[in-house]
This record gives sequence, C-alpha cells and structure tokens, in this order.
Amino acid sequence: MGKKKNIIISALLLLALLAVIMILEQRLPATHIALTVLKKGCIYSLVAVSMNLLNGFTGLFSLGQAGFMLIGAYAYAVLTIPVDARASVYQYFHGGVIQFSVPVFAGLLASGILAAAFAWLIGLPVLRLKSDYLAIATLGFAEIIRAFFQWDVLGPITNGSNMLRKYPSFTSVTFPFLVCGVCIAVMVLVIHSSYGRAFKAIRDDEIAAEAMGINLAKHKRMAFCISSFFAGVGGGLLAMYQSSIQSQTFKSAMTYEILLIVVIGGLGSVTGSCIASFLFIACSEWWLRFLDVETKIGDFKVPFLRAGFRKVVFSVIIMAIVLFARKGIMGSREFSVDGICKFFKKRFGRKKEVKL
Amino acid sequence: MKKMVALAVCAAMCFAGTMSVSAAETVKIGVFEPASGDNGAGGKQETLGIQYANSVAPTVEIGGTEYNVELVVVDNESSAEKAPTAASQLVSEGVSVVLGTYGSGAAIAAAPTFEQAGVPAIGVTCTNPQVTEGNDHYFRICFLDPFQGTVLANFAADNFEAKKAYVLTKLGDDYSAGLGFYFSEAFQGLGGEVIQDTFPEGNADFTSYITTAINEGADVIFAPTSTEAAQLIIDTAASQGAEMPLLAGDTWDSNVILSAAEGKNIQVYVTTFYQEGGNEEFDSGIKEWINADSTNLANNGGNDTVAAVTAMGYDAYFTALEALKNAGSTDPAAVTEALPSTTCTGVTGAIAFDDVNGDAIRDTAYVKVANTETAQWDFVAEQGVN
Amino acid sequence: MDFISKNLPYLLAGISVGGQYALIAIGYTMVYGILRLINFAHGDIFTVAALVLVYSSTIMPLYLSIPLTLVATVVLGLVVERVAYKPLRNAPRMSVMISAIGVSYLLQNLALYITGGLAQTYPAIPIISNTIKIGPATTKIVTVVTPVLTIVLVFALMQLINHTKIGMAMRSVANDFETSRLMGIKVDNIISMTFVIGSFLAAVGSLLYFTNYASVVPTSGAMPGLKAFVAAVFGGIGSIPGAVIGAFIIGICENIIKGLGWTTFSDAFTFALLIVILIVKPTGLFGEKATDKV
Repeated sequence: MGKKKNIIISALLLLALLAVIMILEQRLPATHIALTVLKKGCIYSLVAVSMNLLNGFTGLFSLGQAGFMLIGAYAYAVLTIPVDARASVYQYFHGGVIQFSVPVFAGLLASGILAAAFAWLIGLPVLRLKSDYLAIATLGFAEIIRAFFQWDVLGPITNGSNMLRKYPSFTSVTFPFLVCGVCIAVMVLVIHSSYGRAFKAIRDDEIAAEAMGINLAKHKRMAFCISSFFAGVGGGLLAMYQSSIQSQTFKSAMTYEILLIVVIGGLGSVTGSCIASFLFIACSEWWLRFLDVETKIGDFKVPFLRAGFRKVVFSVIIMAIVLFARKGIMGSREFSVDGICKFFKKRFGRKKEVKL
Repeated sequence: MKKMVALAVCAAMCFAGTMSVSAAETVKIGVFEPASGDNGAGGKQETLGIQYANSVAPTVEIGGTEYNVELVVVDNESSAEKAPTAASQLVSEGVSVVLGTYGSGAAIAAAPTFEQAGVPAIGVTCTNPQVTEGNDHYFRICFLDPFQGTVLANFAADNFEAKKAYVLTKLGDDYSAGLGFYFSEAFQGLGGEVIQDTFPEGNADFTSYITTAINEGADVIFAPTSTEAAQLIIDTAASQGAEMPLLAGDTWDSNVILSAAEGKNIQVYVTTFYQEGGNEEFDSGIKEWINADSTNLANNGGNDTVAAVTAMGYDAYFTALEALKNAGSTDPAAVTEALPSTTCTGVTGAIAFDDVNGDAIRDTAYVKVANTETAQWDFVAEQGVN
Repeated sequence: MDFISKNLPYLLAGISVGGQYALIAIGYTMVYGILRLINFAHGDIFTVAALVLVYSSTIMPLYLSIPLTLVATVVLGLVVERVAYKPLRNAPRMSVMISAIGVSYLLQNLALYITGGLAQTYPAIPIISNTIKIGPATTKIVTVVTPVLTIVLVFALMQLINHTKIGMAMRSVANDFETSRLMGIKVDNIISMTFVIGSFLAAVGSLLYFTNYASVVPTSGAMPGLKAFVAAVFGGIGSIPGAVIGAFIIGICENIIKGLGWTTFSDAFTFALLIVILIVKPTGLFGEKATDKV
C-alpha cells in the first residue's frame, strides 16, 4: 500500500474510533466507569506519549514527568478558577492574589507553556547529565517543584498545600479525546520531522549524531521542552478530570506509573503508549477490582481475594512484561493497517505450512 | 502466541469485570472508604461500623416492599486522585446512596462525581467544610472543623491555661490543614500565641518538631493528623520527654493511639463524636461481632475498643435506611429529595441536617483523655462552643 | 549552655538518622559500583525487613526473630537479584532500572496486601528502645547506638573489601567485568555477594530506624531509600566511606533545616544538594575516577 493510502486509512480509523466513543457516550450513563476510564486513559496516553518522546525517541531518561504535570495542573487551575469562587477556594489566604480568570483553552495553553518554561530552566543544568544521573536529577527536581508548590509563602497563588477546585472541568469524553488527539498528532509530526530524526540519531549514538552536525544541547533541550509542554497540558487535563487538585497527587509514584506504561507499550512506539495507557488504567482501576472483593463460589471461599490483591496481581503482570516481553506490546513498531495485514499473513502462512 | 494468550486473559478479565450479580429486591448502598493509604486504619474502622449495622438490619422496607441491603465496598486509597474512579465504580454498580468517607480530601475529590450522577452521599466523618459546600448531593452526619477547632482551642485555654500552642499539620492534607487553621484562628482569638509547623508526607522523624515545641515553650501541642503520623508523634514526644499535653481531633480517637500511648508518660486529649459506654446495647453488640471474626478484629486494630468513627459508620447506615424509607423508592434522585428532612436517632446522638449545606446539626463534642495505664479512653468533658 | 541544650536534640537526631541512611546507602553504592544500577527496590527491601520482624516477633521471641529477619532479608535481596536483574545483565541499563522500579512497585503492593494497609507497630527491642538523658537532652538509646554500630560495620566491611580475596574480586569486578571473568572470577557470585552485604546492612539499618520511628507502612522505605541514594551520590558513588559521610551530612543538615522552621523544604533540600553536587562535582566528594556520568 502507498503512503498516502495509509494515511487515509489511519485517519478513517481515528474517525471511526471517535464515532465509537461518541456513541458509547450517548448509550452509557454519564458517570459510567467505562467513560471515566476512557477519560483518564486518554489523558495518560498524552502524558505517556510525551514521556516516550523523551525516553523512547531521544534516549533521555527523565523521571520528571510528574513535576511538569504538577506545574500544568496548577497553572490551569490557578488561572481558570472563576473570580467569584476564589474567596471560597483560597479560604485560608483571603481569596488569593490573582483576581481574574481565563478561558479553558487559554488555561490549557498556559499550563503547557509554563511547564515548558520550567523545563527550559531545569534543562540548563540537568541536561548535561547522562542516563541514570539525568533520571535521578529530574526526579529530584520534581520533588523540589512539589515542595515549592506546597510552600505557605506562595499560598496566595498556589493555595499552599490545600486543594484547588471549582475551576471549569469537562463531563464529556469527546473533549479530552479531541485535545489529547491533537496534542499527540503534533508530537507525531515532530517525530517525523527532521527534528525527530535528529532526536533518534541522538538516541542511537550521541557521538555520531554530533559528528553529523546535530547540535546536541539544542536538540536535547528542545525534546525536553516539547515533552514537558505536553506533560503540562496533560496535567491541566488531569486537573479537569479530577475536578480538584493538590500537589500531593503528583508524587514520584505517578512518574513510575507513566514510565511503566511507556515500557509496557514499547519504548519508541506512540501507538504502543496509547494502547498501554488504556489497558493500564482499565486494569488498575476497573477490570481487576473484582480481585479486591471477597468472593464465594457456592460454599467455597476463593482464597487470597481481599483488599489489595488487585494491586499484587497487577504488579506481578507488570513484572512479567518487564522481564519476559521486554519490548512491550508494540516494541518500536507502530499500529497500522499494514502491520496488521502482515501479522495475519505471517500467521496464516505459518498455519498453512503446518497443515501441509 | 504469548500475545494471543495475553489478549484472551484481558478479554476474560473484561468479562469478569463487567459481570455483576443482579437479584430482585435488592437495594445497594455504596461504602466509599479508604482501606489503604494514610487513612486506611480509620477507614476500616468506619467500614466496620457500617458492616455491623448491616448485620443488625440486613433488610429495609421501602414503599411496602422488603429489600435486602447489599453493601458495595470500594477502596478510595485515601487519595484524591483515585477517588473519582472509585466513586464512578460505585455509581456504575447502581447504588442508591453512598456512605463515606473518612478523610475529607477524598470526599472533596469525589463530590462532583456523585453530583453529576445524581447519587446522594452521606459523609460519615469528613469534617472539612468544603465537602458539602455548594453541593446538593453531599450530606454529612458529623460536626465540622470550624466547630471542632474552636472546641479544642477553648479546651486548651480553659483547662491548661495555655498561652502558646504548637500546631503541627501535614502538608497537603485538607483535614489536617483545615482543622489546624480553625484551631489557630480560635486560639489567637482567645489571646493565645500559635507556632505553626508542617511535616511532609512520609515523614517518620518527628524529633525536630517536638524539640522545637519544647524549645519554644509551647503549653500544648495540637496535631490534627492521621493515625499513622500520630503513632510516631506520640512515641517521639514520650521519648523526648515532652511534658505538655497533646491535643488532636476526631482522627486520634482510635485504639492505635491508645496502644501507642500505653505505658508512656504522656497526656493525649481528643475531641470526638462518641464516648464508649454511651449506648450499652450497641457497645456489647459490636464488641461481640468484632470478636467473632478475626478479620474484623484485625481491621479494628487488634482489640475490641469501639472507635467513634465505628459508631458514626453505624449511625450513617441507619440514616441511609431512614432516607430510603422516606423516599419510598431506591431511586437515587428520590433519596436525595428525602435526605434533607430525614432524621435519625443514632448512638452518637440525634441526627438532622441543616438546610444550608446539608451538614449535621451538632453542638457538642466529647473530650476524652488516653489513660496510659489501662489503654482505654477516659471521659473528660462534653464541650460546646461558648 | 542554653544554646547547646536547645540544639543538641537536633544534632542527635541528625546523627542517628545519618547512621541509618549510611547503612542503606552502602547497599546502593556497592550495587551501583558493580552493576551501574540504581537499585530502586533497595528502600523496599528495607521496609520488608521491618515487616518480617513485626510478624515474626508475634510468634517467636526477639532473640530468634531478629536473626530470622536478617536471614530473610538477605534471601530476599538474593532472590530479587536472581529473578529481576540477572536475566537483564546484557540488556540496556534503562531496562534494568525499569525492572528495579517494577520490583519496588511489587514489594510495596505486596506489603500493602499483607498489612491490609494498616500501619504496623514495630516491636520494642529491649535496651535500645529505652530512653536516656544525654546532658540536657532526652532520647532513645538507639540514637547513640546507631552511629557507633554504623562505624563498626563499615570498618568491618572495609576490612573485607581491602584485605580478603572476595573483596579483591569485588573491586576487580567493579573495575572491569570482562577482564575479571577472564581472570577466573565468578562474576555472578560476586554480584550476588554484593546484594547479600547490601541487604544485610539494610536489615540492620531497618532494625535501628524502626526502633526509633516505630511504625511501618508499605511506603516507609521509599523516602529513606531515596535519601540514602542521594547520600551515595553525594559521597561519590562506589565509595563506601563517601556514602557514609554523605549520609551523615544529609541526616544532620535535614534536621538543622527542620529546626530552622523550613520543614516544607526538608526533603527538597536533599534533592537540591544532589543536583548541585551532580553539576559541580559529578564524581561526588570521594569519587576519584572520571566515569561517563557527564
């Protein structure tokens, strides 16, 4: 199949997906768990892809994602809380110092820009470090950012360690899907541009890339800022999804979760990250919940089932994937019609041989 | 092949997850409580009260039909992040009313989900004002932090002639920050001086905090925290030789605190909703029920001391039943309608809702002190705001 | 005198915490020195050690349960190495680190399941749990025991590394994997040995730490673990005396900061210190050879 045809088919598939979601939304009650999982899943896809851009495509092992999401979430919430609700939200800080609010999209844009700006600043010293040192330094920065946002002195802006709420949020699933879809599309475009090729060159061999005339510092910083921009937007969307936020949510555990999603999906695969996000969220928050409930089949009490078992099973599955399916669901391939055809052809072909 | 197996497993899980047992004549009550995380211990005790109440009254008559009450328990992991999914899990299960939660943070985070779904929720011991504020679907049966903070400030000023209070709260915990704020406000209003300090999540070393309190010459330490931190604070205060009394809110009314304080030279005062011995029948009934099952005993912290939150859970369940009866239907909307006018006489006192935010009308709190020899609570006073 | 009496408790707490961080930090620094792996699960092994003692002390006397805890922790360390790290020996470093994060996630969830999410009270160990008065300050005996025990253990470890055959093998493996193998050193066994030592010290550290702060939750080990890692980097990763000195500095600074009333930043400070040292002197205080960190 030609390249053009491929793009058309992919676009059609995406449209079909959107249609399915819209139909689902019509058919299911608004607070059905499936819709909640879809919302959270698509926000996590965005964040996972942004992390993949850094870890999978540029080879920069960063663990600062939660920190940038925190900045995004706060930027969105602080800027969009309606003026008349501020007195009750900032109840310990006399209504806060910011006495205006901006529309939703401006808020989301601001969350991305602010996160990217922070990334630029942090990147100045940190991007000189390599592999695990970069990881631990970015992890450290995320913790420092969290401490600042909890600081009482900044309370009139950030509300200290207290919750921010009453800002506009979404109820439909279509909204986060569209926003995340556009953001991911932009990232895909970046990956396929000459910058993207430079990123991959840096990942594969820094010295060779430099020898080819790629400005390492510039490209690394760029990847870091782009990734943080979208992590920030993801943070803003997460704030909308949760309808109240608090810096406590954005702990290093959150970064680890996203990293595991990226690994499960396959480092260097955008579609892999998306698929893994939905699977991860659905398993951890929905499908495996039955493991938490003590169940009796007839008189037989199923052993082990009690609160917390879900998480044990879940982490065992993750460990199994990390150890035995090291490339994740997609490896570094992308989901495409072509790929599926090949996959089935291969399988079909093999079966034929067996029959013969 | 591996992938196919994985797919099959996923599909099976999908199926199992969506499968729900439906039986005729059942009304579902959601129990939205933490079973893990910071508030796990308290959440479990509260759930025990609800489960005990369910064992006492497993059926309810709604609109002339006898219904079995089924409890649907989900764990909100004490986290504002996990709360929305846990809440929508309950909504998806089709519950008529939700009870919970212990810890205000998760309640505030889940409130919009319940509101959107039109399912009423009865807060059991979430004391932060923001839980019910501006939300028609969140009610609660406990007193609020402004009240509790004032009670404690009065108590500190009256009983210990305290001039200086050291207030230690947890960063990022709405309950802790809120109660600390209201206490400080009231205490300063009484002419006292307040030194504020916060500790981050996961902090285990309270030596420096206690040392600061001693160095500053504080007359009382006020530490509205979760029981996890409380254990450490009590332990450190005792080993640092802090002689001033420790004050705390309703969360500290737990046998975890009693066992931490046992045999130590320390004074611990708490305000709470219920005093053991307030209702003999309830006390003996629940003790027997707890002792009969090893899981329940473990969830209650290893002994049968009745925590106030357990009594509150018990009352919340009966309030929900009353509301269902008044509504005459299992439809969440009807229950929401019926709740504001519902009243119930529980073991912790009469329960009625005000018409501003649907908060309980309560004007007294019990003050108790931990007896470090018997590991029991001793009743000190019934305190109101004056 | 007044100044001392007011500030001695902070200093004592700092030294005690520092000693406990040091015992954990050695595990990090040794594993990193040999495998170039940040063993994220190390902090959780520390938690598990505490839980083993909590549960074993309910069914047996302490003089049995303490050795059992030490043995069980060492076995756990070995199992983790064999199952989660050994199969990935030739994989990129990132995969191993992700595997470590996975193990940490698993251990935490397992601890959550077993404890049912409730904080477990650590048993009081006789003698070291008692309180004593040092000048104007009151504290637990463990506060004083910790630094002494830490120094004794580190001294013993240094003897092992510098003056025994296995120590020599360890240094050699840390220097060059391939050549060591050529020289007939069983590299896998040496790696296992470092995990044994690391886990053993973590178990001792957990005994001391939780005697001081007697409540165990599944995430108890996460923060001490991260801070111990920072201590290891601060002191120069791979250097044992460096890790110990780094740990003491971090423990003391942290408590001074809390004493100054900057409690919000007590954790952040540790990370700020890490970033500064990485940028200014990436080899740490005592790290000598220039590696490929920058």
